[in-house]
Amino acid sequence: MKDTIKTIVEKYYSDKGFLVPVLQDVQQEYNYLPREALDLVSSNLDIPISQIYEVATFYKAFSLEPRGKYQLALCTGTACHVRGVPQIADHIERTLELKAGETSEDLEYTFETVNCVGACALGPVLVVNGEYHGKMTISKTGKLLNKLGKERDAE
Amino acid sequence: MKKLTTPKELRDLQAKIKESVNPDKSRIIICAGSGCLAYGTKKLIDGFEAEIEKQNLQDVVEVRTSGCHGFCERGPITLISPENVFYQKVGLNDAAEIIEKTVLNGEVIDRLLYVDPQTGEKIVHENEVAFYSKQTRNVLGSNSKIDPTKIEDYLAIDGYSALAKVLTESTPQGVIDEIIEANLRGRGGGGFPAGWKWDATRKAQGTPKYVICNADEGDPGAYMDRSVLEGNPHVVLEGMLIGAYAIGSSEGYIYVRNEYPLAVANITIAIEKARELGLLGENILGTDFCFDVKINRGGGAFVCGESSALFASIEGRAGEPRAKYIHATDRGLYDKPTCLNNVETWANVPLIINKGAKWYQGIGTENSKGTKIFALVGKINNTGLVEVPMGITLREIVFDIGGGIPKGRKFKAVQTGGPSGGCIPEEYLDMPVDFDELTKLGSMMGSGGMIVMDDRTCMVDVARYFLRFLEEESCGKCTPCREGVHQMRVILDRICEGNGQEGDIETLEWMGQAIADGSLCALGGSAPAPVLSTIRFFRDEYEAHIKDKKCPAGVCKDLITFTIDPETCNGCRLCFKPCPTDAISGEKKQVHVVDQEKCIQCGACFEVCKFDAVIVK
Repeated sequence: MKDTIKTIVEKYYSDKGFLVPVLQDVQQEYNYLPREALDLVSSNLDIPISQIYEVATFYKAFSLEPRGKYQLALCTGTACHVRGVPQIADHIERTLELKAGETSEDLEYTFETVNCVGACALGPVLVVNGEYHGKMTISKTGKLLNKLGKERDAE
Repeated sequence: MKKLTTPKELRDLQAKIKESVNPDKSRIIICAGSGCLAYGTKKLIDGFEAEIEKQNLQDVVEVRTSGCHGFCERGPITLISPENVFYQKVGLNDAAEIIEKTVLNGEVIDRLLYVDPQTGEKIVHENEVAFYSKQTRNVLGSNSKIDPTKIEDYLAIDGYSALAKVLTESTPQGVIDEIIEANLRGRGGGGFPAGWKWDATRKAQGTPKYVICNADEGDPGAYMDRSVLEGNPHVVLEGMLIGAYAIGSSEGYIYVRNEYPLAVANITIAIEKARELGLLGENILGTDFCFDVKINRGGGAFVCGESSALFASIEGRAGEPRAKYIHATDRGLYDKPTCLNNVETWANVPLIINKGAKWYQGIGTENSKGTKIFALVGKINNTGLVEVPMGITLREIVFDIGGGIPKGRKFKAVQTGGPSGGCIPEEYLDMPVDFDELTKLGSMMGSGGMIVMDDRTCMVDVARYFLRFLEEESCGKCTPCREGVHQMRVILDRICEGNGQEGDIETLEWMGQAIADGSLCALGGSAPAPVLSTIRFFRDEYEAHIKDKKCPAGVCKDLITFTIDPETCNGCRLCFKPCPTDAISGEKKQVHVVDQEKCIQCGACFEVCKFDAVIVK
């Protein structure tokens, strides 16, 4: 981990100003922001851990907890909203027994809502591990969740 | 490539690239903007390439990826040059046929053409499609001509000529005068004249001076800046270079949302290529002018689109705005003079330099010049990016370009200006769109989101949606915004839940005014706008929620019931399976009934019924 963090910090010129992009790369690497990694960022960039904690909790993109294997991001942009996203969000929350922003205890699913992914022609849009699923309806969402469940059980 | 050391070398290189293009070779130009990629365009590109290799046609035809063409509704979009045949909704299975028929034999495949819904006519060329023919695509037009990862493509359309022109022919003050004369106003939302901002930064004391491109496009339902940055990154860099020369800056930043990975990738490549050619860095084109750009990615905070919050974020801190009694042009990033403009603003700069302020002044209305790009989304047939001259009417945008409302439903309102804007009802559809007219209606131009709503959209719910968004995104620094927006949302929640009280509307009105007056930054200052504008134009809908406990649009869950019309229901049982609470009963071919005790108003039955037998009231 020591070397990984050092490489990331150096990629951004070891400049304190690039704390947010540095944390993004750390999260990309570990799927969340582990405490040890933050300590290493702190020593490498000479920024107090309190300030890193402030930044890591201010920006929505960061998670201090591990996230699920299947990351479901439901677009809640205005265009998706008027096309019926609230009903789809309810359906996902009911099926996975998770509130938006939560990760299941078995670390299989993370469900979150995102402001806008800018694929409005496809709205409502559900992004699963980076793959876009467009023109979602309640029944399409149900089928997709079923499929993910089967995929998971098969492993 | 060799570093360019004089403007003449740039001109020579442009000429060389243009000459090297083989006019006889066909090109399959595929839109690879984020919108089309979400349709699975990557596979389509691979499919075309595999087919060309299989048939050994590398000398006859090539596949080119381009930036966003704007007509996202019809993606993946493919153009076949030199005839410029416009195909839409192209699938992997069409690749072989397109090569066989269109590329090799010049035949047009009818099935892939756009059909005009008004006339039923099949349209062969892009510019004849009604969606495009009413637009003035000064900025976006180049997207389809270039591969954003190739600087050669930008040079082939005379890219960086405007930079060479100012370096050889203009003084910095001359450039500023030109931009002031053109009356270029900021496209990010405020509409502040860019030239004045440049002038103030130039005259400010202190070094270094910073030039920043704001690509933190946070308005939900808006993606204009992303398409410019990912589709034509060099035009943004060229604009920044010209601005930096005018202001006397040698350092710049592009602050871009991390949610736009393709834009980040393409601008990163563009910066590297421009450095290789000596268009960024020391002594640009052999002059004394030095300028370089770094990219800073945001962390998913809406407030960071606000200039002082953005500076805090670039400095590695939490993105909290500060009071604006000192302008950023005097003390901005790291307390140094800073000029911040939005992506679209920068992209307009090379056009103005190349064609002149007089030309630019010829487009638009008296106080709003040039074109504006809008993201036309929501309940609209032609979702996409539209670039129109200022002064065009909303009706032309929604009905002529946008093709009207899907399923023949009734237009209700168009929301502009993002969470800071307002909803404009039907009676104002013939109003010209520009900075000042939209403000008069209690909305604003904003960055360019334009969300169309039909009679199935509840305006109280929309107002609540924006307030929830702003409550979540408020940085929490000042009390009117942090507490006020929260309290307004609580009132809206209770109205939507059927617990609205007499006097709630008046409370929302005075609270909204207090928040607007008392907040530190524009986020709070404009936060009440969605509520105030919907109260202004749709007060009866608020009253229906409060007094009659009804949601006329059939959206607010606690105020509606789902029933099945016995006249229309044919007993197909299609609605049984999706119902999560087994609330629907009835034999096959018998009329079905919804058990109101069990129904949770999820709308699944309404969505699947093919006979419109489910009634929402």
